[in-house]
Amino acid sequence: MIPLILVLMNSFKGTLFVNQYPFALPDKASFDISNYTSGVQATGFFGALALSLFITVCSTAVIVLLTSMAAWYITRVRAWYSTLLYFLFVFSMVVPFQMVMFTMSKMANMTHLDNPVGIIVLYVGFGAGLSVFICSGFVRSIPVELEEAAMIDGASVWKTFFSVIFPVLRPVTVTIAILNAMWIWNDYLLPYLVIGSQWKTIPIAVQSYMSGSYGNKDLGGFMAMLVLAIIPIVVFFLIGQKSIIKGITAGAVKG
Amino acid sequence: MLVSKYIKKWFPVFALPTLAAFCLAFAIPFVMGLYLSFTKFRTVNDATWVGVSNYVTAFTENNDFLHAFWFTIRFTFISAITVNILAFALAMLLTKAIKGTNVFRAVFFLPNLIGGIVLGYIWQLLINGVLGKFFQKDLTYSSAYGFWGLVIVVNWQMIGYMMIIYIAGIQGISTDVLEAADIDAAGFWAKLFQVTIPMLASSITICTFLTVTNCLKMFDQNLALTDGAPRNMTEGLALNIYRTFYNIPNHQGVGQAKAVVFFIVVALIAFLQLRATRSKERDA
Repeated sequence: MIPLILVLMNSFKGTLFVNQYPFALPDKASFDISNYTSGVQATGFFGALALSLFITVCSTAVIVLLTSMAAWYITRVRAWYSTLLYFLFVFSMVVPFQMVMFTMSKMANMTHLDNPVGIIVLYVGFGAGLSVFICSGFVRSIPVELEEAAMIDGASVWKTFFSVIFPVLRPVTVTIAILNAMWIWNDYLLPYLVIGSQWKTIPIAVQSYMSGSYGNKDLGGFMAMLVLAIIPIVVFFLIGQKSIIKGITAGAVKG
Repeated sequence: MLVSKYIKKWFPVFALPTLAAFCLAFAIPFVMGLYLSFTKFRTVNDATWVGVSNYVTAFTENNDFLHAFWFTIRFTFISAITVNILAFALAMLLTKAIKGTNVFRAVFFLPNLIGGIVLGYIWQLLINGVLGKFFQKDLTYSSAYGFWGLVIVVNWQMIGYMMIIYIAGIQGISTDVLEAADIDAAGFWAKLFQVTIPMLASSITICTFLTVTNCLKMFDQNLALTDGAPRNMTEGLALNIYRTFYNIPNHQGVGQAKAVVFFIVVALIAFLQLRATRSKERDA
């Protein structure tokens, strides 16, 4: 916690004062709000915030919907290919990103997925492993009589899933949503390689701002930038604290 | 069985979208990556077969790859131990019936939500501030600073997450067992080593697995905190591979070969570690 407070403190001080007295509280002489205005301008912070929000929210929503459908399918259908798919998804979880980094970004270029909408497809593909794994574990614990009853009553497969199964999956979809949102929000390398030349998410904006200006380091501006990057996370945490902690515990136990 | 038969023909609706995305983002790039590691290429279409020469180059060209390899192994070993011990100790403390434990849990957990890039820079500024003020040095002065800096960052980041898992585990231990130990007049350490820790075997398996795999794959923190300085001496495997691809001219094939080695190492360690702790779990 102390590091966060120090950064917050220093974000209000002029660069000179950050260098000289890093551990002093801001006072009249050192107080300098301009860090924030210059930080926001230099990085296009609000654009990055909007883009990060868009990518995170859309990808998470699509992941939750599609992977729970897929998990239901491969758990309930007994066929060689559903077992194979399950193992492929699990296998993908141990593969480090560097293994597919280069070919994946080339692939994204060729298939024109290198834009903020296309990247959602990539996130679904990458998130599928963990999400399907967690969700299948949960589907297995649901008695199959539930679906049988619905189908005997004449419900279509579509209707059975969306009005009977999907609501039952709620605890696990919350877990999947939280784990994926945390990952996508903070992900740096994938968006940097795929859309980084034109679009900046928050981690990309921070990285390019911090590493770009050697020599003349605007420490006050750095601090302000970091504070800005953390605020949305703190807000998210304060709103969803209970479900986040529950979700993580559930995810770990299933894993 | 009825259900299985009904759903089966719905493959295109339920499984295909995820499968298609999975192939595009992971399966095809993975297979292509395996193939390309045996070729020389600059984009993807101009690959020519060169056999294992990329693998030979990766290890023999200079010491950087091997150095990164050992750096990552040492880093993972130390961090996995410290993260788990500290997270466990915190979990023990915060499951005691004391006021304010909920606030502390939240405080310790928060850093986990902040991404590696932002965390790395926060600590870069902080460590450089301290080193500069008291020793007139900074992180680039010695690789030991960068190494321990990374250990600190990763500890700060992961402890909260692991603590949450341990807390759930500790709360799952029935109080009867601990009371029985109390009646047998077991001391604090005896209770810890003979009751609590064996009963937490599954939490320990999960937490060590998560810390080990995450430490092996660490990239963002490395990039933000030291970027390899001084002279690539604090470069982990993931960062080394990234730079081989994008910073060294005509080394895409070598980078891909290194990535394959990296993948095999991570998969092997994850597998061995899971098997070792799982078998302990059965004994307990």
